[in-house]
Amino acid sequence: MTHTTPPAPARVRLDNGGRAPWHPLARQAFLQALDDGWADPRRLHTEGRRAAALLDGAREAAAAVLGARTEEVRFTHSHPTALHAAVLAAAAGRRRAGVDVVVGAVERAAVLHAAQAAATMHGGRRVDVAVDRFGRVDAQAMTDAVASPGVALAALQHANGEVGTLQPVEQVHAAARTAGVPLLVDAGASLGHAAVPPAWDLLAADPADWGAPAGVGVLAARERVRLVPTGPEDPEPWAPGGVSVPAAFAAAVALQAVEADRVAEDARRRALVDRVRGAVTTIPDVEVVGDPDARLPHVATFSFLYVDGEALLTELDRAGIGVGSGSACTASTLEPSHVLAAMGVLTHGNVRIALDRSTTEQDVDRLLAVLPDAVARVREMLGVGGL
Amino acid sequence: MTDARPDATEFNATEVVDARGLRCPLPVIRLAARARDLPAGTLVVVLSTDPAARHDVPAWARMRGHVTTGERHVVPDDGSPEHWALTVRLRAS
Repeated sequence: MTHTTPPAPARVRLDNGGRAPWHPLARQAFLQALDDGWADPRRLHTEGRRAAALLDGAREAAAAVLGARTEEVRFTHSHPTALHAAVLAAAAGRRRAGVDVVVGAVERAAVLHAAQAAATMHGGRRVDVAVDRFGRVDAQAMTDAVASPGVALAALQHANGEVGTLQPVEQVHAAARTAGVPLLVDAGASLGHAAVPPAWDLLAADPADWGAPAGVGVLAARERVRLVPTGPEDPEPWAPGGVSVPAAFAAAVALQAVEADRVAEDARRRALVDRVRGAVTTIPDVEVVGDPDARLPHVATFSFLYVDGEALLTELDRAGIGVGSGSACTASTLEPSHVLAAMGVLTHGNVRIALDRSTTEQDVDRLLAVLPDAVARVREMLGVGGL
Repeated sequence: MTDARPDATEFNATEVVDARGLRCPLPVIRLAARARDLPAGTLVVVLSTDPAARHDVPAWARMRGHVTTGERHVVPDDGSPEHWALTVRLRAS
C-alpha cells in the first residue's frame, strides 16, 4: 500500500435525551448483575436471594437520590409504563373525590393520553393548562385548575425534554397540597441533570435518559397517596412478571454516578449550550426556543424558518452528526410537535440537541462548523432565497 | 372552528394562496413568496391541508411583523379534504 485512508472521524452524538449512550458505570454494573442477578428475585434459593438483594439495593439507592423512603420507589418496565400507572392508579384511588385530571399542555404524550384515559374512565375530563412562549405552564392558571371542584389528580413535568424549560413545580405542588390533590411530577427529562425538588406526590423518571439501559422505569409515590392498580390482579402490579434485575441495578448505579458529578456537569454543559444558543442566532431566520435561563443544562432547541427538518437532519447525519428533532412533516409523522405547537413557535425546521457526559467541546464545535452550510443547502433546495 | 362560513377578515381578503396538498414548510414558503410582491396592509388567506401550517403561519407572521387575523377549520361539503384557512394582514412597512 502506498497510502492509507485516514480513519473516519468519530460520530458526534448530540441526540442524547431519552436515550443516552450507556454510562461506563452502568455498563459495569449491568455486566456484574448478569452474573449475580440473573435469577428470579422472588425465589427463595441463594441465587434468587442474591438477585433480590441487588434489586433492593437499587431501590434503596434510587430512593436516596429522590429523597424518598425505599418502599415508596418501584421499578417499572419503562418510563411511559411508570407514567401510565401513576396516572391511572392515582386517579382510581381518588375517584370518590374527583374525576378530572389537570395537566400541563406540554406534558409527554404518555401523560396526556393516560390523563385522557383516566378522566374518560371515571366520567371526568382532561383539563390542559396553557404554556407561554417559553413553554412554561401558567402557574396561576394551574393553581386555579387544581383548586376547582372534582379534580382527581394533577400532572406537571419538572422540565420539558423537548425545549429544556423548567416548570414551576414547587408553586404548583403547594397549590395542589392546599387543594388536597396529588401531583404527579414527570422527572423523565431532568433526573440526573438537574436537582429535582421534593415537590411531588408521585414521580416518574427515565433511566435511559441518564445513561442506563432502556427497558426499566422509575415510579415513586409518597406513602400518603392512595394507589389503586387498574390492571388485572398481579403480585407485582407495577411491573407484572418483575423487572430486569440487571437493568434496574445498572439504572441505580448510573443514577448515583450522575448525581455525584451533576453540579460540575451542569456548569460544563450549560456553557456549551449557551454557546450553541448564541452561535445559531448568526444563521438567518432562526428561532431559539425554550427559556434562556430557567432551563435544563444540557438541552438546546432551535427552528429554522423555511427548512425541511428531515432534510436538515439527513444533511447533518451525512456530516457525521446525530441530532434530534420535533419537526412536523417527517417520514415518521405529519403532525407537528404538540410542545412546539402549544408554545406558538415554528414547528418545522426544528433541531434539538441534548448533551450527555461524553459530549465534548469539539463535538459542539463540529456541529457549529457545519450547521450554517447545511441550513443554506436545504433552503437552496427549496428555493427560498430572499423570502 | 368547523363553521363553513368565512370570517370577516377572510371575507375581505384580496389574495388567496392555495397550498392544499403541500407539506410543510411549503405552505409558509408559498405564502412568503406571494407576500413579497404585495403592498402593506393586504389581507392574504392561505389554505392548507397540512396540520403544521396552523402553527407555522402565525409563527412566520410574528417573525416577519405581520398580523394573523383569522384561523378557521374548513370542512367542505363537496367531499374535498378538510383544511385550514389562515388569514394574515401584511405589515405596514
